[in-house]
Amino acid sequence: MNIVVCLKQTFDTEAKIKLTDEGRIDSKGVSLIINPYDEFAVEEALKIKEQEGGEVTVVSVGGQKAQDALRQALAMGADKAMLVDPGTDEVDEYAAATVLAKALSGLEYDIILGGWRAIDDGSAQVAGRVAELLGIPVVNTITKLEVADGKATATREIEGGSEVLEVSLPAVLTAQKGLNEPRYPSMKGIMKAKKKPMDKTTATELGLDSLSAKVQALSFSLPKPREAGKVIDGEAPDAAKELARLLHEEAKIV
Amino acid sequence: MEFKLSEEQELLRKTVRDFAEEEVAPKAAQMDEEEEFDWGLWDKMAEMGLTGVPFPEEYGGSDMDNLSYAIAVEELSRVCGSTGVTISAHTSLCCWPIYAFGTEEQKKKYLEPLANGDKVGALGLTEPSAGSDAGSVKLSAKLDGDEYILNGTKIFITNGGRADTYVVIASVDRSKGHKGTAAFIVEKDTPGFTFGKKEHKLGIRASYTYELVFEDCRIPKENKLGQDGDGFKIALKTLDGGRIGIGSQALGIAQGAFDQALEYAKNREQFGKPISSFQGLQWMLADMHTQIEAARLMIYRAAYLKDNDMPYGKEAAMGKLFASETAMSVTTKAVQIFGGYGYTREYPVERMMRDAKITEIYEGTSEVMRVVIGAHLLK
Repeated sequence: MNIVVCLKQTFDTEAKIKLTDEGRIDSKGVSLIINPYDEFAVEEALKIKEQEGGEVTVVSVGGQKAQDALRQALAMGADKAMLVDPGTDEVDEYAAATVLAKALSGLEYDIILGGWRAIDDGSAQVAGRVAELLGIPVVNTITKLEVADGKATATREIEGGSEVLEVSLPAVLTAQKGLNEPRYPSMKGIMKAKKKPMDKTTATELGLDSLSAKVQALSFSLPKPREAGKVIDGEAPDAAKELARLLHEEAKIV
Repeated sequence: MEFKLSEEQELLRKTVRDFAEEEVAPKAAQMDEEEEFDWGLWDKMAEMGLTGVPFPEEYGGSDMDNLSYAIAVEELSRVCGSTGVTISAHTSLCCWPIYAFGTEEQKKKYLEPLANGDKVGALGLTEPSAGSDAGSVKLSAKLDGDEYILNGTKIFITNGGRADTYVVIASVDRSKGHKGTAAFIVEKDTPGFTFGKKEHKLGIRASYTYELVFEDCRIPKENKLGQDGDGFKIALKTLDGGRIGIGSQALGIAQGAFDQALEYAKNREQFGKPISSFQGLQWMLADMHTQIEAARLMIYRAAYLKDNDMPYGKEAAMGKLFASETAMSVTTKAVQIFGGYGYTREYPVERMMRDAKITEIYEGTSEVMRVVIGAHLLK
């Protein structure tokens, strides 16, 4: 069983987002992690490998720093890593998916896993686009996965309940929270990770010469800081009346 | 000279920090309150390979260096001093002497299950009348055929009660003083070996501290570690390395308190602005950070020397002395920055301040550290 996991390096969930003077997202001093949904995908790939045997390859589109995320996946137990430098900072979903699909087309795969979305841009497009480009089915937001006899049986949450789907392999499956609890890398895993292959390539080397984003972010803005709460003075009956008035007229929620 | 951790060491730090913040930190206050260690954490640490960081794989270890071990203890202690010392006492004080002085057989039989975390280890050195004066131990070991018979008590034994394997220092010939000492491996549940009282402490309250009682406790003579006369030497060598562990624990406690204080100072507003905007606070934070960085360099250097088979006794003592005094000073300032809130158990800094104090006392007091450093200078 050849399992490929697409993973993205994102800001730490606790990172405080700041904008530069030019209005772009400031990545200086921010600690980076594996996108948590992608980490579920890595864990699931390792579980399948432990049951079925095979090899887990982790692939990321990003700069040199993304190596840390790949190395962490190797320390968790993945076998090989591939880092593709897109050669541009402006990577939209189209560009990321194009690069990934090209990289994956050179690999053998039975299952391709990824997070259903990245916690930074949250567009939830890349895995689906990769499946389309490779001409294989995609099942999104899975919370359970079983693999047997060339097929995958996946459970996904739907409005008001869950559904169980069967899909022929190869297929792309995207992880939702609840799929598993990712393991911590073991110390032995960390020591072994350095000796595992890390294939570094570029979009150009993959034959994608004039890759440019089709969607561009024009501007970013931070949410308004939370304002202090309001205290209503007075006796309870009057205060309650005033509260009702404010909820109706100012907050407009009743 | 290169002031940069290796890729593995960086990943180890990140991994242990994630584990500490996600798994240990949420339990730290409760473990402190209840004076009880959550041994489920031990099992998780064993699975990750944190119970035998600096030992070869063939003996159940993770095959990392002592600097990696120091970083692991630091990161655990950053959120919970009790967890830090539980690992440190196990690794430095029990696994290490067996690794350094044990026969191949002893290593296979005792070190492997300790390092892989199946078993927990402890060192029995201190006695009611033998603290800093470790050479005057009274626990007696008398050879009787193929067995040694142990009689006496040990006190303040970290991991006591829970540990499965104990390295104990005993006297085989009282007339020879510290030259008549020897080290032995004793297993829990050996007839004649029981636990006395559990200590209730100011800090590191989740760490077990017990009295060990030996009454005609018979152990096979092949459980002797090293030779007759080696006991005191083994104890001192073990403490040399142990000080890297305790220094790392102190460093982690200081860093944890500093991180809390810095965050609080940025968010707490008085007189209409964050208290971090007051120069008095900034100077405190600057001093705390400077002390911590200096302590870190000293501890890491001692670990580096050990990793490179260079003498490290003096450097470990200096690192432990400086890091533990830093921990006490930084945690006290952290409580001060938190003001009234810091004095309550709503915030972790009071626990860190209580945890810090022991690092100036155990595995050699600050005074003994100065004696050790002085002896190195004058020899």
